Amino acid sequence: MSVRVGHAAEAEDFPMAAKKLLQNRQLRDNLRHATDVIRGKRAKVVNELPDWEELRSAAHEVKEHVLRYLGSYLEQFEQKCKQAGGQVHWARDASEANGIIAGIIKRHGESEVIKVKTMTSDEMSLNDALQAAGITPYETDLADLIIQLGEDAPSHIVVPALHRNRSEVRQIFQEKMHLKDLGDRPEDLTAAAREYLREKFLRVKIGISGANFAIAESGSVVVVESEGNGRMCVSLPRVLITIVGIEKILPRFEDLEIFLQLLPRSATGERMNPYNSIWAGPSGTDGPQEFHVVLLDNGRTNVMADPESSETLDCIRCGACLNACPVYRQTGGHAYGSVYAGPIGAILTPQLQALEHSQSLPYASSLCGACYEVCPVKINIPDILIHLRGEIVKRGDAPLNERIAMKAVGFALSNGRRLSTAQKLARIVQRPFEHDGNLQDLPSMLAGWTTFRDLAAVPKTSFREWWAERGKGTGT
Amino acid sequence: MTNAKEEIMRRIQNATHGLLERAREYDTISRNYIQSGTRDQAQRIELFCDRLRDYGSAVYTCQSDEITSGIANLLNTRQLSCLLVPSGFPAQWLPREFEFISDHRLTNEQIGRADGVITACALAIASTGTIVLRHSEEAGRRALTLIPDYHLCLVFENQIVETVPEGIRAMSTFSLAPITTISGPSATSDIEMTRIKGVHGPRTLDVLLVGGLNV
Ligand code: SF4
Repeated sequence: MSVRVGHAAEAEDFPMAAKKLLQNRQLRDNLRHATDVIRGKRAKVVNELPDWEELRSAAHEVKEHVLRYLGSYLEQFEQKCKQAGGQVHWARDASEANGIIAGIIKRHGESEVIKVKTMTSDEMSLNDALQAAGITPYETDLADLIIQLGEDAPSHIVVPALHRNRSEVRQIFQEKMHLKDLGDRPEDLTAAAREYLREKFLRVKIGISGANFAIAESGSVVVVESEGNGRMCVSLPRVLITIVGIEKILPRFEDLEIFLQLLPRSATGERMNPYNSIWAGPSGTDGPQEFHVVLLDNGRTNVMADPESSETLDCIRCGACLNACPVYRQTGGHAYGSVYAGPIGAILTPQLQALEHSQSLPYASSLCGACYEVCPVKINIPDILIHLRGEIVKRGDAPLNERIAMKAVGFALSNGRRLSTAQKLARIVQRPFEHDGNLQDLPSMLAGWTTFRDLAAVPKTSFREWWAERGKGTGT
Repeated sequence: MTNAKEEIMRRIQNATHGLLERAREYDTISRNYIQSGTRDQAQRIELFCDRLRDYGSAVYTCQSDEITSGIANLLNTRQLSCLLVPSGFPAQWLPREFEFISDHRLTNEQIGRADGVITACALAIASTGTIVLRHSEEAGRRALTLIPDYHLCLVFENQIVETVPEGIRAMSTFSLAPITTISGPSATSDIEMTRIKGVHGPRTLDVLLVGGLNV
């Protein structure tokens, strides 16, 4: 039994991978354009809600409550799901889950499945496992289809093909769908995908989905999507298999009133995404006759075990922290060597693997704090990055210059009160590398990309410190 | 070898020790966000229509005693002739000059051959322009509103709530039925973040907003 997160264990260290990707101008242009668009839309619809901060706080508290009582909520979910006619399976790790899923498909004598976007299945390398068992999986999300046909890897958790532009997509579709006259307008490409997949939706008898939320009180599962491929996959096949990471549980149906406001606005900058599908068990003549849920651990209990960083599991995979991250916006997702990229990937991937692999990822950040600011469930990513760096240094596994930098930090920490803001710490680490207020050459981790773009240095005094100082001066 | 569930439960047990103090009890979670709206019905309707138009959906209106002619006008405008309806759909609302097929175990292929589908909904949410379909009831089976290229949905004015929390609370009363929420037609932004309407679901969603009393 061992945890696997895609191919993260064999991936190159972040700085090496990043260095190569930074040479790719096209990639950087595609990335900048896509992340700029989503950020703009997100900012607009978030500003529209006067209670955004209250929603974030409530979401954080619900998620922390769930972790505390996870065992009993999982029990309740299992019981309700069974009551509704579903079958529940438990999987300690990716290979156990893959085995369960392949087993169900084989029992039905089928050799094809349609899939709606699930990052969890990418984490499990489910497609590889199915293919090895003689089963053909068809990805049905447009971006996932681009990735699958292009024999590529996802680079973003919400828009996995954002590193591809229209002419690259056209080339992939022309070749794999045998459409030599295909145009390159997004309309043409989307229509080609509709045509290509329609027949599969109507023919293939087994569907596989992930879950954005699973409700303990009712045994319901929620799939959030835009294209309608999710609705197809969860309601047309005869058999439906849904993979649920154990942290996806919410106590009550009503808790959706928080998360269905936060997720679409954070993920795609929409007030609400076009479609949500919610169901509990099979439902007579409507939809699949057989419904399976696979509850997956695969290292999530490793993450839970450290109270300093367990809130990593609160993540609802909105991708806002990726779009906001100056490092991600330069390197793209592939540099992280994991299906989970960006700030959340930098903390989640190593923790799932009990810090045994992907040790360079917690250094793939300038600790600027933008990720924390946009996170709809208020995960303090900078604090967790620092904590994980410390854990890696403690094990003696960190590269030499990180160890030196972290020793200095450790010294500062032991001499003062616990530093509450990541900024202070960032300043300690960056000082020797600063030149004219721009970061010139960060310790090896960030060297790869600072040579391509000057990163604005963290100011010497943070706003909050400045405010406090100012307060002292006037005696207020 | 212990079974998977026992082992995962044991791991959780060991891991939750450190989490004891920090987490709140369910009832003390702070819910200081907005839980209900302040708009009157006319303002709610206006907001809902604004949102729908924003999504590119057309909104038509009629009174509750004009549903039949409302539907006929719309189908003429759209030049559609053969539509599906859920099995319990009130026959008196359907204009005679069109063909309607009631869903009695239609196959997916039969569903795919129709020009479109007409349904009602369980409720609607103004602030997000969301229509909530409760399946196998007034919205019919899920395949009905999914496979055809055209969906006409009847929304009664008094079915519109203002906020997402009000909508979710109403949905929680039928949480065991399959539910689909629809906020504008199917769309993707996967290619260069250009929003394209109509990937897999119906490419056109029209709403017939019915005033007067609910039926
Ligand atoms: S960590 Fe927060 S911002 Fe990042 S993907 Fe998860 S929920 Fe979204």
